Amino acid sequence: MENFSNFLCMRSEVSLVVVIISLLAYDLIAGRKGMQYFQPVTLTLFAIHTVLHLLPHEAGTAFGGMYTYIPMAGVVKTILNIATLIIFLQAEAFNGEKLSNKRGEYYFLTLVTLLGFYFMISSGHFLLFYIGLEMASIPIGTLAAMEKQSKKSAEAGAKYILLATFSSGIMLFGISYLYGTTGTLYFADIPALIGANTLQIMAFVFFMAGIFFKISLVPFHMWTPDVYEGAPTNVTSYLSVVSKGAALFALALLLYKVFGNLVGQWQGILYGLVIVSITLANLFAIRQKNIKRFLAFSSISQAGYIVLGIVGGTAFGMTTLVYYIFVYLFSNLAAFGVVTAIENRTGKINIGDYKGLYSTNPMLSFVMMLSMFSLGGIPPLAGFFSKFFIFAAAMEQGFYVLVLIAVINTIVSLYYYLLVVKAMFIDRNEHPIPALQTDVYNKASLIFCTAGILLAGIFSIFMEKIETFGFAMLQ
Amino acid sequence: MLLSLFAARNRKQVLSIMVTGSAALAAASVYLAIRYITAGNGGATGTMLLTSSHMWYKPLNIGFSLGVDGVSVAMLCLSSVIVLTGTFISWKIQPLTKEFFLWFCLLSLGVFGFFITTDLFTMFMFYEIALIPMYLLIGIWGSGKKEYSAMKLTLMLMGASALLLVGILGIYFSAGAVSMNIPDIAHIDIPLDKQLFFFLLTFIGFGVLGALFPFHTWSPDGHASAPTAVSMLHAGVLMKLGGYGCFRVSICLMPDAAHILAPLFLVLTATGVFYGALAAIHQRDLKYINAYSSVSHCNLVLFAVLMLTRTAMTGAVLQMLSHGLMTALFFALIGTIYERTHTRMITEMGGLMRVIPFLGVAFVIAGLASLGLPGLSGFVSEMTIFIGSFENADLFRRVLTVIALSSIVVTAVYILRMVGKFLYGPMQNPHHNELTDAVWYEKLAVVILTAGIAYIGMFPLGLSDMLNESVGLIK
Repeated sequence: MENFSNFLCMRSEVSLVVVIISLLAYDLIAGRKGMQYFQPVTLTLFAIHTVLHLLPHEAGTAFGGMYTYIPMAGVVKTILNIATLIIFLQAEAFNGEKLSNKRGEYYFLTLVTLLGFYFMISSGHFLLFYIGLEMASIPIGTLAAMEKQSKKSAEAGAKYILLATFSSGIMLFGISYLYGTTGTLYFADIPALIGANTLQIMAFVFFMAGIFFKISLVPFHMWTPDVYEGAPTNVTSYLSVVSKGAALFALALLLYKVFGNLVGQWQGILYGLVIVSITLANLFAIRQKNIKRFLAFSSISQAGYIVLGIVGGTAFGMTTLVYYIFVYLFSNLAAFGVVTAIENRTGKINIGDYKGLYSTNPMLSFVMMLSMFSLGGIPPLAGFFSKFFIFAAAMEQGFYVLVLIAVINTIVSLYYYLLVVKAMFIDRNEHPIPALQTDVYNKASLIFCTAGILLAGIFSIFMEKIETFGFAMLQ
Repeated sequence: MLLSLFAARNRKQVLSIMVTGSAALAAASVYLAIRYITAGNGGATGTMLLTSSHMWYKPLNIGFSLGVDGVSVAMLCLSSVIVLTGTFISWKIQPLTKEFFLWFCLLSLGVFGFFITTDLFTMFMFYEIALIPMYLLIGIWGSGKKEYSAMKLTLMLMGASALLLVGILGIYFSAGAVSMNIPDIAHIDIPLDKQLFFFLLTFIGFGVLGALFPFHTWSPDGHASAPTAVSMLHAGVLMKLGGYGCFRVSICLMPDAAHILAPLFLVLTATGVFYGALAAIHQRDLKYINAYSSVSHCNLVLFAVLMLTRTAMTGAVLQMLSHGLMTALFFALIGTIYERTHTRMITEMGGLMRVIPFLGVAFVIAGLASLGLPGLSGFVSEMTIFIGSFENADLFRRVLTVIALSSIVVTAVYILRMVGKFLYGPMQNPHHNELTDAVWYEKLAVVILTAGIAYIGMFPLGLSDMLNESVGLIK
């Protein structure tokens, strides 16, 4: 009986496992014909899981504190679910010739990584945290290398696996120091035992390096552009939204809950990282010709902004972080949806190829423009609100100079986002990309993202909802 | 209340919708003005009248609050007149007519929102809403080196908005983080050191838009490249956003800092007034002449605002109105003349008065208003400004006033030279003999604007009383 209630507490994980196993079974039994319906089947199952997850759920712990459930983590999981759902809608590449035989593996592995992120977010113990992280990163390496014929894809997979393993090693090293100095790995016990002890600070830095790798903050970002460019576009969008979002939330959670006593130290570290990440990534993004590399650098700088929210260390900062991830999901996935649609039909992935897109594909260009503007923080799109709140959270704690630097950087970022818009709307092209017919699923995903970009800012309910959880979390 | 008009617009008969829409808008502004005046006569003495307020984002006390005082009523009327005439002037815009008006509407939405709101956040939001359409309007429908100008304009103004963002968040938090509502903050004393810092940020931030002297460089290029209607709206209204913002946010919320820092900015603006006039002499392109003349006049607005006397501030608002109408008339005429001659160089034109008498006469009227002929609006506003400035008894301010005053002479030089050369001078191009005079929609636009100029020139008393009262309430 005792064990059963434990599982009830982690029921979102359980339902995800059910989805994964049924997909695996479907993959086995479905014939050639059945495989064609793989995408709708997955979508249905996963949508059911997403809806189930929305049911109210009390906070609690399971397995002696290894696993903890807090409502805020539930919100983040919902956000991740929505993102994954949109990504699955955009997975038209896996219906095409090149990748259709990998269909089963793609959905299965993606969901396994999602399960890993679930555990990472909800862990109450460093070991579970580490297992979740590994469970997420190893399949991602496989996913990145999925396009077997492409050298770039293989390179991306190898690069990701090697670097991820390396950073995990460093993280484990940090965890071992932590265990050595405190004698426990439970999140709940550590804060009382932690102080400004040199060994513990070292442990903290090593541990954080592992997470920064996941979020790809400068200077831990070297893998990002190459992997983003080489991996199939769907995997790239998964990396840039779900993986990043989960790691960012985990970072915030650990900083607030476990390393709260080291606030002086981590504020300094984050201060520097934010400035470097935003500035360098912006400068590099200006020079990119390939849209996927471009989005990679853009996502690095976006991560910098998100971290800005937690520098202040307030509950409001936590809220803005989650809200930012929520908005970023729609903006970024809209961009990736357009990129996928164009790449699958024409194979073109350079910004230069987008010239004159508006004359042939007005809807796609419009969505792309909204997404660029939202990422650049232009009102009345959601990106403006999320950026504004992030800045407000940092200003509240008196980080005037930091905010000023970040805001000036938004202008640099606006410049390169405008370059894309300019290519689509203003530049002339003799041979623009011909008019495309996107498939139903991708269209649905783009409509969904557009709705998100347009509405998530104007209606304050989303933010206020997240805020109530944010404050509840820290009490 | 005005904004809802813009909801329906996206149909095939774009033009008719635009005309009805903007006419309704103009009617609504006049109605608003009348309601405001009657409310004022009825003994209502609050700072803002006709307010309505909704809480929008609770965590930051952001409200969506609307309200008007004399200044904003005047500015709203000005904007609606210019939107209406701008629609007439761009009757034949090609290509992408629908898109052009869509962006044009969005631009005007930003402008109206800016003037009507009383909340710092929404004000900032509308400011940015007004910026982005500019990029596409200039980039797609502009002429000359349009891409360069569009990018320069957007980035410089976004740079200004970066300063503003930090500024308004700073004001909010240093005023105790209780409200974003401007009249509420005006009751709170902000500490002086904070005031100095944030005054600098917000004044420069808004000043860039108001073409404050060293930051005016976006304006000539932007105006010269923009399509006619956009030049009109931009020079006529958007640049007034700067003056209005300086007045409403910087000076009204931080009066102590304004007293201390005014001399610095007075020197800058006085230089700007004189420099703009001198630069205009050197130009050969009609649009550049007018653009530099706008720089000169807009600096005069800021100059007057900084004099911090009631008369000078009234003069500043009058100057905003007068310059808005006048410069819109100028750009409208230049646009229509350019459509006929396909050149804007005054050296290539001559003797046009005989060929297109209607446009010629209107041009002379605009020119005379610009150099301050009694009976037209320029005289009223400039007189008020200089009288107000001389109320300050110290030598420093008087010397600066004399410098600014002397710019009128320079203005006369370039206006008369320009008019003399291309309207009355010898015919340069035989083809120009076949030009046709204005058609009905152009005539209508010109008549409306000229009537506005004449009205302010002949009957300034009612208007200046209304403004004077509002300005007095704010101080």
